[in-house]
Amino acid sequence: MRPGSSAAACRAIVVRDLALAWRRRGDALNPLLFAIIVVTLFPLALGPEPALLARMAAGTIFVAVLLAALLSLDALFRSDLEDGSLEQLVLSPHPLALLLACKIAVHWLTTALPLIVIAPLLALLLYLPAPVLPVLMLALVLVTPLLSLIGAVCVALTVGMRRSGMLLTLLVLPLLVPALIFGAGACNAAQAGLPFAAPLLWLGAWLALALVLAPLATAAALKISLT
Amino acid sequence: MNAIDLADHPPLLAVRGLAYARNDEPIFGPFDLVLDAGEVVLVEGDNGSGKTTLLKVLSGLLAPTSGEVLLNGAPLTLARLAQQVALLGHLLGLKLELSALQNLRFAVGLGGIRPGITPQIALASVGLEGFEEQPLRLLSAGQKKRVALARLLLVPAALWLLDEPYANLDREGIGLVNRLLETHARRGGAALITSHGAYAYTSGTPRRVNLRGAGTVTDVPAANDASGPDPA
Repeated sequence: MRPGSSAAACRAIVVRDLALAWRRRGDALNPLLFAIIVVTLFPLALGPEPALLARMAAGTIFVAVLLAALLSLDALFRSDLEDGSLEQLVLSPHPLALLLACKIAVHWLTTALPLIVIAPLLALLLYLPAPVLPVLMLALVLVTPLLSLIGAVCVALTVGMRRSGMLLTLLVLPLLVPALIFGAGACNAAQAGLPFAAPLLWLGAWLALALVLAPLATAAALKISLT
Repeated sequence: MNAIDLADHPPLLAVRGLAYARNDEPIFGPFDLVLDAGEVVLVEGDNGSGKTTLLKVLSGLLAPTSGEVLLNGAPLTLARLAQQVALLGHLLGLKLELSALQNLRFAVGLGGIRPGITPQIALASVGLEGFEEQPLRLLSAGQKKRVALARLLLVPAALWLLDEPYANLDREGIGLVNRLLETHARRGGAALITSHGAYAYTSGTPRRVNLRGAGTVTDVPAANDASGPDPA
């Protein structure tokens, strides 16, 4: 009896979740459309003055990305819990945290990466000054995995409950707000010609910590949710 | 003394004084059982007697309130489970959007594969040849169950814990489950299956254990002429 390697298990999860995301691509596009709609509504409501929009651009994009992430989080483990796949994951001989890290990575790839890709377009819509765009992109690259990782811990805690949507939002928002403040803060600093490295470095440090700890916490929380 | 001490090697599964309570409300137990390689044991009990909970405790998903579970002589923990237990519950753990083959490939990636078998062979041997590429959503409940049974064939695990394996299956499907169980027992595996009374395991007479919910000590009837090695 030859046990499969952990690498094979991770590959299997990535392949399966990508295939699932492709089958449910309508759902996967939902957060993207949501963020685009939020961003395009702002000029309609506030008027098209470039100066005003440019001042609000980075903040608006970050809020839209955060809300879009919230929208996609609830589905992270829901279907796995409902069809019993989660039990099979827990019973597999591989470290659960590692398997969940793969799931979270696929979630980021399918929900956050499209947002990062269209971020330049959103920035253009809001007259974000061109020199700030690299800072915005870097901040998004650091913030979006944080949203997925911290969100996963909270989803794992609430997935056992039937109607967890409201509770999840309450639980996850306070944890995500610092990421919003630092991310948008870096862009605002860059826009004002101030040094912007510090908030980005903070985000990087935080992401490194979350990369290590969040999968472990998610695994522990999921085991509690299963009982 | 019991059979645990008489056997020169530890039994595949030994359960002593196992009980589980949810919020101080006893669900089942205390429950004793010794399961050797090559044995199939049928756990009988009415609806709500705790059969599903028992399997979850034995698989390590739930921690028992009292008592102990020894797997090959070592205490059972989720971390130590590696490759020894396969659970087939009411929830099959299959993705309806994916094809049977995709589901099985995932199971193999996750749990490893027995030598000399492929997902295609496994699907053919549960009677699903030609359904490999069909999304599971289009299959019937019984066919989905067969896909889950094919997973048992593929993934190397000595102990099968099957919760109501006969549910949703036609007469031929029931025969299939019995054949799988027989083959598994012959290869040195063991299985614990639950049933709410409809007795479908016809080939050979497996040991039967009665689970009557909390408070009653379970009796292991003497009708123990399973084909497995007798420790005594």
